[in-house]
Amino acid sequence: MIRSLDNDTLLGLWERMARIRAFETRVGEIAAAKEVAGYLHTYSGQEAVACGVIPLLRDDDWFTSTYRNHGHAIARDIPLDEIAGEIYGKVTGVCGGKGGSMHVADQSRGMIGGMGIVAGGLPIATGAALASKYLGRDSVAVAFFGDGAVHQGAWHEALEFASLFQCPVVFVCENNLYAETTAVDYHLLAGSVSAMTGPYQIPSVQIDGMDVFAVRAATAAAFERARTGNGPSLIEAMTYRYGGQYEGDTQTYKPPTEVAYWRGQDPLLRFRSDTATRLGMATLDAIEQSVQVEVDAAFTAAEAAPWPDISEVTTDVYTPIA
Amino acid sequence: MTEMNIAQAVNAGLATALEDERVVLIGEDVGTTGGVFRVSDGLLARFGPERVIDTPVAESGIVGAAFGMAINGLKPIVEIQFMGFTYPGFDQIISHVARIRNRSRHRFTAPMVIRIPYGAGIGAAEHHSESAEVIYAHTPGLKVVVPSTPYDAKGLLLAAVEDPDPVVFLEPIRMYRAIREDVPDEPYTVPIGVAELVEEGDDVTLIGYGAMMKEIGAAFELLTASGVSVEVIDVRSLVPLDTETIIESIRKTGRAVVVQEAPRTAGFGAEIVAQIQEHALFSLEAPVERVTGWDTIVPLRRAEKHYMPSTEDIVQAAHRTLLS
Repeated sequence: MIRSLDNDTLLGLWERMARIRAFETRVGEIAAAKEVAGYLHTYSGQEAVACGVIPLLRDDDWFTSTYRNHGHAIARDIPLDEIAGEIYGKVTGVCGGKGGSMHVADQSRGMIGGMGIVAGGLPIATGAALASKYLGRDSVAVAFFGDGAVHQGAWHEALEFASLFQCPVVFVCENNLYAETTAVDYHLLAGSVSAMTGPYQIPSVQIDGMDVFAVRAATAAAFERARTGNGPSLIEAMTYRYGGQYEGDTQTYKPPTEVAYWRGQDPLLRFRSDTATRLGMATLDAIEQSVQVEVDAAFTAAEAAPWPDISEVTTDVYTPIA
Repeated sequence: MTEMNIAQAVNAGLATALEDERVVLIGEDVGTTGGVFRVSDGLLARFGPERVIDTPVAESGIVGAAFGMAINGLKPIVEIQFMGFTYPGFDQIISHVARIRNRSRHRFTAPMVIRIPYGAGIGAAEHHSESAEVIYAHTPGLKVVVPSTPYDAKGLLLAAVEDPDPVVFLEPIRMYRAIREDVPDEPYTVPIGVAELVEEGDDVTLIGYGAMMKEIGAAFELLTASGVSVEVIDVRSLVPLDTETIIESIRKTGRAVVVQEAPRTAGFGAEIVAQIQEHALFSLEAPVERVTGWDTIVPLRRAEKHYMPSTEDIVQAAHRTLLS
């Protein structure tokens, strides 16, 4: 996989992964400092999934995300100013400060948005895919979800619809080992999410979600399948959430040995060891430094940006009648 | 013009809407069977299975998929078979469809119609018989309309399809085949947010919607025969509510009876009463009367009649307002 990618593509993947890590590290800091009200859910540790999948989306593709959606937005190249502004609830936010951290949505980039309810996005992505099929387009839709989503009825309903109508949808499970704070060992009776698609006749694959190249390869195959009229598929990317369910979660439920193991699988470290000889450590370091500058600027701007006018509380509920 | 009932008028409206290739009809049994109430009869044969889509019994999947289709350029019309079957689809309707415009600062809208046969009258009890319209009226981001005549059924449906926002379109089950009237064959719309002044009078205003308009109509006849001058308003659109028509009427009559089939507590009638007291308190000659269902689950057939507000209940309520 790596050999087939040119240097620009590799550097693009690195830049996005490094950007997410730097951004989410800063989100953790502002949460600790209580600069932003409400719950914040960070993506650190899972960068290889967003960056393996999202750069393969075309302009006419769609995806739904979850409340852990900053990483997906960054991987889709939504400007950091707009994401940070949204988290702060400022006018500079991608949704003008109305969606907040959990609901980053950008129609121009096919991001239907973070869905605050677990499994909420799966039927929606399935419908977007069904519409593409109806319209005779070869675009795809992706639904990101976590391991906890399989317990929701909407998960099963979406898989049923996707298979019955052969929708060009790719379900991407980010199995980060915890549904909120409950471990997969306890809650995932099937043993894996990929094991649950059989009855729906949806092909699935479980992959190393800490390896951006493995994610990219699985995604390319799934997209090809969907775009050529061969229906839905599911990718279960095994990954790890460095943060808690939310910032401030004490995470006492995580065994230290488990944390140490997954830190050793860090997707940025893995990328470095896979590509350092070819790209050069100095190049990778320089990119890390430049994205840090971007992140600093984005949060400084967000902090300084104006609040939406209070009158906006009651706007955008309905389309104004001309 | 063709004389038809409400079921036929909705069918005609659907057929007109489906002339636009962006419109699809999606729901349980809507295709092969023509819908549980045969409202979509013949549409599968005419428009094909890609336009008239039979789905699994999965309301969250139906509404969610329709929402995704709306996001991606289509104008889906969902049928949920009965009001009580919307509850498994609550998450999609309330958490996603209703909110996307606000939360995305109108980057996204959800131009879709959710058709729901609702209300009692077929003796099928609870999930097949209830009137939960106030839940949707209470959800910001949704519009809610309720036709009570064939003419309004077709016109409001076409207005709902044209509307850029999600519209909950309620179809009173026991009115489907209760009345017939001439309906234009050509496309037309009845504007959402405009109540209809059905009868003009001076002494008391009867206000209702949906299946209750039949009872109100009968009460109008009895009251008129006994010498009372009665005004009648069919609300038609719960959200947005045409407060102006209601208030104007109360300023004239000074008396009102608000009728709803739904349980009494926190029903939509309470909203109408609140609007009246906010805007027309000093025009009132008597306390506003409410005629409603009971605060219970809609019972089995034997007791259904006891549950439903009757013509007599409305007549008595009107007479109570006239005592003052």
